Amino acid sequence: MSERVRFFQTGSFAVGNRLLPLDARTVQSDPSRSNSLTSGHRACRGCGEALGARYVLDAAMRATGGRLVTVNATGCLEVFSTPYPETSWRVPWLHSLFGNAPAVASGVATALKARGRTDIRVLGQGGDGGTVDIGFGCLSGMFERGDDVLFVCYDNQGYMNTGVQRSGATPPAARTSTTQAVGPEPGNVFGQGKSAPLIAMAHEIPYVATATIADLHDLESKVERAMGFHGARYLHVLVPCPLGWGGDAAQTVRIARLAVESGLFPVFEAERGEVTAVSPIRHRVPVEEYLRPQARFRHLFEPERRADVIDRLQAGADRNIERFGLLRAEERFGPPLGEGS
Amino acid sequence: MLSQIEGSRAVAETVARCRPQVICAYPISPQTHIVEALSALVKSGRLAGCEFVNVESEFAAMSVAIGASAAGARAYTATASQGLLYMAEALYNASGLGLPIVMTVANRAIGAPINIWNDHSDAMSQRDSGWIQLYAEDNQAAADLHVLAFRLAEELSTPVMVCMDGFVLTHAVEAVDVPGQAAADRFLPPFQPRQVLDPDAPVTIGAMVGPEAFTEVRYLAHVNQLAALARMSELAREFTATFDRPLAPLVSPYRCADAETVVVALGSVLGTLKDTVDDLRAAGVPVGVLGLTAFRPFPVEAIRAAIGPARRVVVLERAFAAGVGGIVAADLAGALPDREMHTVVAGLGGRPVTRDSLREALAAAFSGKLAPLTFLDLDERLLRAAEEVPS
Amino acid sequence: MKAPFAITLRVGSSLANKTGAWRTERPVYVDRLPPCNDACPAGENVQRWLYHAESGEYETAWRELMRDNPFPAVMGRVCYHPCQTACNRGKLDEEVGINAVERFLGDEAIRRGWTVSVTAPPTGKRVLVVGAGPSGLAAAYHLRLLGHEVTVRDAAPRAGGMMRYGIPAYRLARDVLDAEVDRIAAMGVTIELSSPVPDAAAALRDFDAVFLAVGAQLSRRTEIPAGDSARILDALGVLRDVSEGEPPLLGRRVVVYGGGNTAMDVARTARRLGATDAVVVYRRTRERMPAQPFEVAEAEQEGVRMRWLSTIAAADGGTVTVERMRLDETGFPRPTGEYEELAADSVVLAIGQDVDRSVVATLPRVSVADGVVQVGADMMTGQPGVFAGGDMVPSPRTVTAAVGHGKQAARYIDGWLRGEPYAPPPRHPLATFERLNTWYYSDAPATVRPTLDAARRVSTFAEVVGGLDEGSALFEARRCMSCGNCFECDNCFGVCPDNAVVKLGPGERYAIDLDFCKGCGICVTECPCGAIDLVPEET
Ligand SMILES: Cc1cc2nc3c(=O)[nH]c(=O)nc-3n(C[C@H](O)[C@H](O)[C@H](O)COP(=O)(O)OP(=O)(O)OC[C@H]3O[C@@H](n4cnc5c(N)ncnc54)[C@H](O)[C@@H]3O)c2cc1C
Ligand SMILES: Cc1ncc(C[n+]2csc(CCOP(=O)(O)OP(=O)(O)O)c2C)c(N)n1
Ligand code: SF4
Ligand code: SF4
Ligand code: SF4
Ligand SMILES: [Mg+2]
Repeated sequence: MSERVRFFQTGSFAVGNRLLPLDARTVQSDPSRSNSLTSGHRACRGCGEALGARYVLDAAMRATGGRLVTVNATGCLEVFSTPYPETSWRVPWLHSLFGNAPAVASGVATALKARGRTDIRVLGQGGDGGTVDIGFGCLSGMFERGDDVLFVCYDNQGYMNTGVQRSGATPPAARTSTTQAVGPEPGNVFGQGKSAPLIAMAHEIPYVATATIADLHDLESKVERAMGFHGARYLHVLVPCPLGWGGDAAQTVRIARLAVESGLFPVFEAERGEVTAVSPIRHRVPVEEYLRPQARFRHLFEPERRADVIDRLQAGADRNIERFGLLRAEERFGPPLGEGS
Repeated sequence: MLSQIEGSRAVAETVARCRPQVICAYPISPQTHIVEALSALVKSGRLAGCEFVNVESEFAAMSVAIGASAAGARAYTATASQGLLYMAEALYNASGLGLPIVMTVANRAIGAPINIWNDHSDAMSQRDSGWIQLYAEDNQAAADLHVLAFRLAEELSTPVMVCMDGFVLTHAVEAVDVPGQAAADRFLPPFQPRQVLDPDAPVTIGAMVGPEAFTEVRYLAHVNQLAALARMSELAREFTATFDRPLAPLVSPYRCADAETVVVALGSVLGTLKDTVDDLRAAGVPVGVLGLTAFRPFPVEAIRAAIGPARRVVVLERAFAAGVGGIVAADLAGALPDREMHTVVAGLGGRPVTRDSLREALAAAFSGKLAPLTFLDLDERLLRAAEEVPS
Repeated sequence: MKAPFAITLRVGSSLANKTGAWRTERPVYVDRLPPCNDACPAGENVQRWLYHAESGEYETAWRELMRDNPFPAVMGRVCYHPCQTACNRGKLDEEVGINAVERFLGDEAIRRGWTVSVTAPPTGKRVLVVGAGPSGLAAAYHLRLLGHEVTVRDAAPRAGGMMRYGIPAYRLARDVLDAEVDRIAAMGVTIELSSPVPDAAAALRDFDAVFLAVGAQLSRRTEIPAGDSARILDALGVLRDVSEGEPPLLGRRVVVYGGGNTAMDVARTARRLGATDAVVVYRRTRERMPAQPFEVAEAEQEGVRMRWLSTIAAADGGTVTVERMRLDETGFPRPTGEYEELAADSVVLAIGQDVDRSVVATLPRVSVADGVVQVGADMMTGQPGVFAGGDMVPSPRTVTAAVGHGKQAARYIDGWLRGEPYAPPPRHPLATFERLNTWYYSDAPATVRPTLDAARRVSTFAEVVGGLDEGSALFEARRCMSCGNCFECDNCFGVCPDNAVVKLGPGERYAIDLDFCKGCGICVTECPCGAIDLVPEET
């Protein structure tokens, strides 16, 4: 978790900040950033995943001094970036299958080790489907063996590439094309789904963290921190999908922020199975504020407001807040997260 | 130097001399002895510069191999049966990406019903996966084909599967001349990948290809496989020069020259078949045997040349396609459209293929009584019993 | 060896795919008018000078400020800072302490001796400014900067107008005032003191243009039945005498009549002159008092008592009679017929000031209404060449408004002299709070300015409110959200999923690469200060 710098207008919340020393600014603020995922890709307008991937990879490129190779699961990220004859990647990149990216990454890491090329670091990445569902066996195997891989899940809470079907990361009540907003309990079922980060922690791997595209300093510092460890590491990044969530493209980052500020998406980091820091909620909002701008939750507000369902979602957020101490993070983890002055 | 050695061990030792850099495997009978031996070789340090990865599934095994190969390592794995099917998706991917992975398949039946014994259903199910498939007749061939496989795979950037019959070969102790290290090193230069994940020369591997170029990609893969036929013959000669023993890379004909009927088969059953043919020849029956080492690519020219004018072909199949019949026979019918073609399905799920049964079937062939599709030793009593099972 | 066909690709090749073709809307960088700038009567570009102050470039900040206002140190003390009232940050936590930073810059300039030089070539035109109050001096300053020859004439022995003779020293230290006036004089402005100008018409003959800024210097009187022994003074007189070092004898019990800032200043002055009992009598309630709430509060801290809803019915030696009032439905105070006596050694009237219009008496084309001289939008009176501003024209009657008039008048006079009428640049649309993305701004409560201990205040005319130290001033400057004006936070550059924002380098801002911008609008939403618009693409 990044230490928040002393008060400087936007402190360390904005991407840059001319008032900060260069090394305290984000990688993204650097005009010579690597743009690991470059322009011309075919992601939807305002795609959070495209943004998240560049954020993560550019940070990893900086952390590794450019000694990085990547492995990518099937999914939007892969499809929109590499339609023959053009690729948007500027880093070494390998796509094999939907469900095997963690294992392929293990193979790459193992090969590099066997070849004595431990200067090169490996980053695997995939969507939530590729990570928490179909790739989960491989992911767990990679964790359990402790292969030297940082695996990054870009969580857009559904199988977007195939047309927005439900995944194990789809939140309750969300409408997808396989959990339609029809019937007495419209949208995705309550009581299902899993927390991949918590399961990752149960493997007691060196480092697990969650992040979003709404807090770049935090995200980058986590990538950098992850790269400071060897062995299996996991980063779970929330990346809203304007298409699948039915949000205005311009609101992609804002919606990610509301997910955090409502408590629905806890942002934390853990080492060897123990939570070591959480990002406190800065301006708490009711879940409704997060749900409303998204068409996938429209049935909670039209034709009439479904207070019962909204309350259940709020209860989930409250539980996160309680469980991770999102409102009193400083009590648990000391002061450095906030603004000093 | 010949030594009495279990087939699995001979293969493991041979693979080790090919200096793989990444070995990954998931246990399944009858492959286990191979990977156990390799694991010990790596762990003890006798196989240096190699990492052994205990993966959580065959899917992961092939995936690790894919990653390793793409990162410039010589990668090896072994499996069988259910494991091969569990890899299926990754098999196509490895060949599609042109990654020179070598894999041993210790051939075994596929369930249900679950059955751990030998037949060829597993490898046959992946015949169109884009892998080169080589079938070993005995453990010497099994060992030698691995050396050839690595060389071929890396020269052509394509994965190679070496098939050896489960238990029959893997667990059989025979005299094998395990390739020596020095000779192996001469035959097999270090791996020079055609494409590699390298920060100093970044590339995108595994792009999405649409209708505009997909056919061409597939066509080029076909051309590459066909090129392998010629190259295999050359490499076999080089192999012989290096190791001082013959290696049949495509087909191995036995007493075919003047045969009226040729029995075609793959794998260890060829031994029994040759004995049967010897018996029949002694009785004046003009019969020969053609062993197929290469099933993919399918060596049409070599088959035609070996079979010569024989008018009848009996294909002894260790697998079959329900609802149709022979798998190998279908390919042979394409290569030899003008011959009388019979399929004899035999040895499924580990049932022994006996000389008596074979003799009987061939006698039927010569007397014109062999049906186009025959199940050898089909047990009528069991079938009747099956009928009577109350519903 | 040749790479495999089609499935292995050369990196970065997607640059050939110009996704800009998808766009239906495009982001456009804009500058919006920050509410502080909008509210500043002197037309200061507050956001802009804060921007420089944020980076610790105080001199640049001061020079930016000086483009509009030659009195930063004075402003930082006496301005009622409507900019802060308008400040968007007030909706987030607390408004930015603009005024405190302004004072810091002004003081820093004095401390470091920063000066302003005239670089414009001489125009050969001569302008007379009548009155050396803030309005006149500001006009002189700007006219001088524009290359004109300027003479300021004032009836008083010292320059400054109400800044010197009205506002007490405990709010505006005189050395500060002197420094800022001297800096104007040093630019080559001729200031002629004790030189009343009785007749503008006469002056017009000697000058190419005249700017009148004589203020509202006449104390309004009211009829209070008073005995001979009653000691009744007017506020301006008291304050002037105090300023000149000749404090009048007010006695121990002083009643001040009125509810404006002048009333507060007089009452607080009375306390400093030794009055044990200073009572402000006002006919309405606290809420309706024209005085600034901070002044009322500070007065109360210093022991000044308030009598709301009261009028003075009569005064005699030693006592005043006050009548209780009540507000009717319209909020107007009505007599109740209930009376009360207050002990009073003196009564000071602070019920308003009027303009002495004799200076325009000989100019029939100059019109006067509601007691003040009328001017057009160009600050010109009905008499061509005669301009007016400050308290003598319709105005909120503050130093800042007077300074603003001075600036405006200078620009119009310049245009008039050059024969090219001045056209003010178009104002940008307002940078409203709704356009901000405030999540990005650090949580930062306002800095509190040091104040003199109340006990000490009643015995000294030393300044009550202190300045900020550098650290606090910097902090305060950095609370500015830069509403509507890019402050180079790099957000747009960072948040574009298509890398379609180009960073042009420090101070150069950014550009959109329309080859790749898909028009998603994320940059627009995530710009903290609302400096990007999303506009429909022309098809
Ligand atoms: C007690 C008091 C406290 C105040 N406190 C504040 C405050 O805290 N903040 C604030 O913003 N405003 C305050 N004001 C209001 C503010 O001082 C005036 O609005 C402002 O000074 C008006 O400026 P001006 O230049 O128009 O006129 P003035 O400041 O009144 O200056 C007019 C000048 O013209 C001169 N003059 C007049 N007639 C002639 C003539 N015929 N020939 C030559 N010279 C002439 C006068 O001598 C004087 O110097 C206060 C006013 C008073 C009375
Ligand atoms: C084995 C297999 N099953 C299904 C698919 C079809 N498929 C491709 S991408 C995808 C969804 C990807 O979802 P996710 O991993 O969440 O990534 P996203 O597209 O949402 O970024 C699916 C179902 C596939 N390619 N392979
Ligand atoms: S569907 Fe969603 S994740 Fe996929 S490219 Fe579009 S916005 Fe991105
Ligand atoms: S996002 Fe930041 S850098 Fe971009 S226009 Fe707005 S203030 Fe300027
Ligand atoms: S974020 Fe990028 S693509 Fe979206 S509108 Fe801004 S410049 Fe265009
Ligand atoms: Mg997804």
